[in-house]
Amino acid sequence: MKILVCVKRVLDPQVKARVKADESGVDLANAKMTMNPFCENALEEALRLREAGVGEEIIVASVGGGKTEETLRHGLAMGADRAIQVVTEETLEPLAIAKVLKQVAEQESVGLVLAGKQAIDDDSNQTAQMLSALLGWSQATYCSEIKIEGDKATVTREVDAGLETIEVKMPAVMSADLRLNEPRYVKLPDVMKAKRKPMDKIELDSLGLDTANRLTTLKVEEPEGRAAGVIVNSVSELVEKLRNEAKVI
Amino acid sequence: MANLVIVEHDNNEVAAATLHAVTAAQQIGGDIDLLVAGENCGAVAEAAAKIAGVSSVKVADDAKFGHHLAENLATLIVEVAAGYSHVLASATTFGKNVMPHASALLDKAQISEIVEVKSPDTFVRPIYAGNALATVQSSDSIKMITVRTIKFEAAAAEGGSASVEAISGGTDTGLSRWVSQAVSNNDQVDLTSAKIVVSGGRGMQSGDNFSMLHSVAEKLGAAVGASRAAVDSGFVPNELQVGQTGKVIAPDLYIAVGISGAIQHLAGMKESKVIVAINNDSEAPIFQVADYGLVADLFEAVPELDAAL
Repeated sequence: MKILVCVKRVLDPQVKARVKADESGVDLANAKMTMNPFCENALEEALRLREAGVGEEIIVASVGGGKTEETLRHGLAMGADRAIQVVTEETLEPLAIAKVLKQVAEQESVGLVLAGKQAIDDDSNQTAQMLSALLGWSQATYCSEIKIEGDKATVTREVDAGLETIEVKMPAVMSADLRLNEPRYVKLPDVMKAKRKPMDKIELDSLGLDTANRLTTLKVEEPEGRAAGVIVNSVSELVEKLRNEAKVI
Repeated sequence: MANLVIVEHDNNEVAAATLHAVTAAQQIGGDIDLLVAGENCGAVAEAAAKIAGVSSVKVADDAKFGHHLAENLATLIVEVAAGYSHVLASATTFGKNVMPHASALLDKAQISEIVEVKSPDTFVRPIYAGNALATVQSSDSIKMITVRTIKFEAAAAEGGSASVEAISGGTDTGLSRWVSQAVSNNDQVDLTSAKIVVSGGRGMQSGDNFSMLHSVAEKLGAAVGASRAAVDSGFVPNELQVGQTGKVIAPDLYIAVGISGAIQHLAGMKESKVIVAINNDSEAPIFQVADYGLVADLFEAVPELDAAL
């Protein structure tokens, strides 16, 4: 079974986003970028499925401009076999991304798509679900455990009430939660090897899809900050303040 | 304009989160109809009809909707959505799971986790773990929306008298099958609606030590929460996680114990009215958002707090 892993290049999760002075967006110039953490979980799961003999070739794909290649190279260094970059300088919305990935999944005849549950930049939490809808395949989101046997998979999902287990028919689209696995560290020889792995580049325009954005961002601003608090010196002072000043207990 | 709100429920009760989505629909304006899809969910439909401000409740009572599997439920939403300008659901794992699926079938964008309605086509939503707020305008004929519950008051659960209409439709896609649900066996206060939350982080060192927090929480009528680090370490189950990718809550009082305050955690609790931080590291970022900070060893401070309450 071929596995398609969808990945996104995002601002490093340790870096605090800074809004541009003209309120047009978040300033990413010279910012440290990485693979979205949930996408790393998705890729790690694909690698483990291959190691378990369930998966065969692993294709890592992303949609984006020039430096998206760095993120795909990281995916190759983690262990993916080859990469596909759908090239565009536009920032596409999840619906458009899902349309692109549908074509990739169909052209490559994959049996499973793995994606992160959410990108930590736009926090949309949509692409995997949309891709499942467009492909007409089973959907399993927020996975913390995946067991594939033949044409079925048993998946444990992290939901608000706890853990839900569902059985889905293959092919399927699954989105990874953080506790699905611990992504491996990339070693230097892997980085060197990744440079020689195949990287296909497809121009977005050549796909003939309607990828026009439906939303216009009017402005991006910083939220109101919280006023500075006080340091109390003892538990008794804390309790006194919560009772008499904040009046919350 | 006409709004359709997808009701979240367990076939017995309307989830509180839905009441917040109804309020968002009220702010958009126009009629509000509710869609209840489930199995043997008549009680839910009756309760939904009493929610203030609702015109009608459409009920699809069918085994294929029994466990709210996204593929089946989305086909029904697509059929019903045709008559509406806005379709809303709460931004819970229920809404987040099904709404993008339905949106894609409709070829509409989804506007995730709105925190403010500016106008019927313009909404504010947090991005980058809430470190930026984006105002977005939609050009779609149907606006598909999930609602961040903490930013909209709950609509009154009583006082309405909507009509209830049974509908059929939707497809049994046969793609997924529900197997089981493991809910932590406790009768503690619900984390998302609690007025007071006591949360523990990596500093708690073990799951057993959370008993200290449970004791404090019991005295305060509070829920217990946790940071991702505590969940990842296996101290507590996933449903206690507060943060960017866990639950986003805004209690009157949030007590963070042994939590450093990573960006991802702050995203889930910084809207709390009063924040208390107890941590032995005075440099921990949690102190930057805390109204009251106590630099102390939590293993001394928490029992002392427990005794003082």
